[in-house]
Amino acid sequence: MEAFLHQVFSGLANGAIYASLALALVMIYQSTHHINFAQGEMAMFSTYLAWAMINAGIPYWMAFALTVIASFFIGLTIERVIVRRVADAPVLTLVVVFIALLVILNSITGWIFTYTIKVFPSPFPEQPLFGPYVSSHEAGVVGVSLIVLLLLFLFFRFTSLGLAMRATAENAVSSRLSGIRVGWMLALGWGLAASIGAIAGMMVAPIVYLDPNMMSGILLYGIAAALMGGIDNPFGAVVGGLIVGVLENLMGAYVVGTELKLTVALMLIIGVLIFKPTGLFGRSFVTRV
Amino acid sequence: MDGMHVNKTRLIFIGMVVLAALLLPFVVGSYRVFQFNLVLVYAIVLLGLNMLTGYNGQISLGHGAFYAIGAYVAAILMDKLGVPYWATVPAAGAVCFVAGFLFGFPALRLHGHYLALATFALGISMPQILKYKGLEQWTGGVQGIVILKPQAPFGLNISQDHWLYLFTLFIALLMFWLAWNILRGRVGRAMVAIRDHPIAAEAMGINVGAVKTLTFGISALYAGVGGALGAIVVQFVAPDSFVALVSISLLIGIVIGGLASISGVIYGAIFIQFVPNIADEISKAAPWAVYGLFLLAFVFLAPKGVAGLVQLLWGKAEASWKRVRAQKATLQS
Amino acid sequence: MALLEVTGLTGGYGVTDVLHDVSFSVEQGGITTILGANGAGKTSVLRALCGMLRVSGGTIQFASDKLNGRATESIVRLGIGHVPDGRGTFLNLTTEENLRVGAMTRKDKAGISEDFKRVYGYFPRLQERRHQQAGTLSGGEQQMLAISRALMLRPRLLLLDEPSFGLAPLVVQDIFRIMRTINDEQKVAILLVEQNASLALELADSAYLLETGRVVMSGPARELREAESVRRSYLGY
Repeated sequence: MEAFLHQVFSGLANGAIYASLALALVMIYQSTHHINFAQGEMAMFSTYLAWAMINAGIPYWMAFALTVIASFFIGLTIERVIVRRVADAPVLTLVVVFIALLVILNSITGWIFTYTIKVFPSPFPEQPLFGPYVSSHEAGVVGVSLIVLLLLFLFFRFTSLGLAMRATAENAVSSRLSGIRVGWMLALGWGLAASIGAIAGMMVAPIVYLDPNMMSGILLYGIAAALMGGIDNPFGAVVGGLIVGVLENLMGAYVVGTELKLTVALMLIIGVLIFKPTGLFGRSFVTRV
Repeated sequence: MDGMHVNKTRLIFIGMVVLAALLLPFVVGSYRVFQFNLVLVYAIVLLGLNMLTGYNGQISLGHGAFYAIGAYVAAILMDKLGVPYWATVPAAGAVCFVAGFLFGFPALRLHGHYLALATFALGISMPQILKYKGLEQWTGGVQGIVILKPQAPFGLNISQDHWLYLFTLFIALLMFWLAWNILRGRVGRAMVAIRDHPIAAEAMGINVGAVKTLTFGISALYAGVGGALGAIVVQFVAPDSFVALVSISLLIGIVIGGLASISGVIYGAIFIQFVPNIADEISKAAPWAVYGLFLLAFVFLAPKGVAGLVQLLWGKAEASWKRVRAQKATLQS
Repeated sequence: MALLEVTGLTGGYGVTDVLHDVSFSVEQGGITTILGANGAGKTSVLRALCGMLRVSGGTIQFASDKLNGRATESIVRLGIGHVPDGRGTFLNLTTEENLRVGAMTRKDKAGISEDFKRVYGYFPRLQERRHQQAGTLSGGEQQMLAISRALMLRPRLLLLDEPSFGLAPLVVQDIFRIMRTINDEQKVAILLVEQNASLALELADSAYLLETGRVVMSGPARELREAESVRRSYLGY
């Protein structure tokens, strides 16, 4: 039973990270209907920035804040410089652009920081907070993810900018006709996504260690979580992330072993999608002829 | 549509390309022959993927899985059962056809990004499945299987590499001819109709489900044939040769070459075979960054793929040629 | 001087022109209507004004600004409220949020809350449903919401694209009555595009008749109402 609880909690912690990445994906998907395959590498690059700052002697939370801000501008720039040029291209062209971004970021990071694995600090104390089953880092990760979700909720619900972004996501033409600068809203979405991704990266790095390929598996789970929760629904993305995290951990521990856990977890997710094609919390839509 | 109607110039052009392909191994070194052999292999796989994704609109980010199945079928048949190499190719195609056809059923329920995820999951799981302990006696586990390079038959006095190249070329031509026939026939028109307007296609009496699963099957068949040939050419199969990156490269191949274009798959195959090498030569430190820049450059400069660009330039050349001829005619009269 | 002066407007989609040498004007505080059958190019005229249609010739002069080549959002910010065809409702936002989006470009808090009161005064139904998702509103209510959203911009010119489309006659009369009020009280100039010619001619002071992208007749609304050809083809008596 104790082992089981431990598996559930560490699954929740992993799930919180998938949830954050899924949230980042939802930010971009909502307004542009693109799934950004480079989201994981953007987060990885941000985490290296944080590592460099911490190594230079900047205190952890200061480096954290600076990384979140820097990532925002990186995301914004990527949208303005590259993505908007192909905004109207067919989906597959965009997929290729995102893959290009992915390999470029991965390769440049490896070149600057080398491919040797690095230790990334956790801001949370080493001794467990809530009994022996939950490490402080795991509890902290869940807490941070919930705070991010709450902040996003407040931003979208109560600020004028948040409303403008929601309007843009729903109906770009109408938004333009209300004087909203739609192009900037999309760039802002990318900025926010990059910031959220950066947080996910900094939370996962103490667990998986820092290396240029650290996000590849996590991105896949993030995409799965977002699709499972309903790709246009931030709340669903978070729930999806938690479900995927726990599912993956329990599968690995009790059913198929670590060798095949990725495979089985993915098969299960696809199974869910076959029966519920818009995800658990996604809006169903009607095709018009 | 590209490649659907054949006029005289085009036929002459195709003939010239085939002739060049035939003569190629006799003018370049044996490593180059090996590389071009792989170009042919990729072209076959891309052709199948383009039917599925380009013509039928079903995204697959997991065709590396079918490619892997084809390769393993060939390797296992040769290594464990002593089947001759040439017989493994149709066998691999048949096995993959069935696998693809079956995968086509759940795929019917999934669209767009969801299908992309499902197929990507297939691509990602394949190495894990191949490494799985329970299958080790067949797959050789992490070690994989080494196979022998076939000799040229009928006492032909050419090297093994040359023979294999010609063998692959022969099968590639066969597969292209087959694809061309499928695509310009009823099934091909149904594929495109379903991509462009599934509801209208259904209303016109097309059995959408049947055509989509059939397309998945055919597409996997091409990947399987390519996989078998690839295994024979490389003489080795192992789980780590079939990581998810292979599937992604294949998708890149059809987009860069040109979606829904038969000739495009050749450009795409050349891209995925040679551009990583070129990138590596340009920068040893960050070759993939260079590769990524190549990708962006191609997407921005040739948004409809290389085939689209070639068609555009070809059209311009033809137009100016006609203008010159017309001018000459008026001058003479 | 006219508030909006369009001269020789030519443009269209892709390579095909759908508007040919269209000229018309809207007076300060006046109501102009453009009539025409389905496909005559009425919606395209409004789209061209807002930078949503390729314009290949002619000029669009709004007060002291030339609109040619400007981005949609910049045109709107000059004070042009566009109620598009299909109403452009943000279905997942609440009624009140829809109106807040309309006021997005403004900073004057007091003025905005004044305008909230005003549009709720025009359309009490919207106030009743202000916390309801706009997607659950009826067609008529969504049309009211669309007009209100445009009014929240405090426009100098209101562009209306077939406000009567798909609505019950009583609702249409209601909406036209309120448009008259808006025009009287706020001195907002209106450019109304309509298929329902009799209602439009009653409301407007000047009118243009569009056929296959060309202006074929123009003049004071009263005159057009009496013209033989308009009566027969568009008014049906």
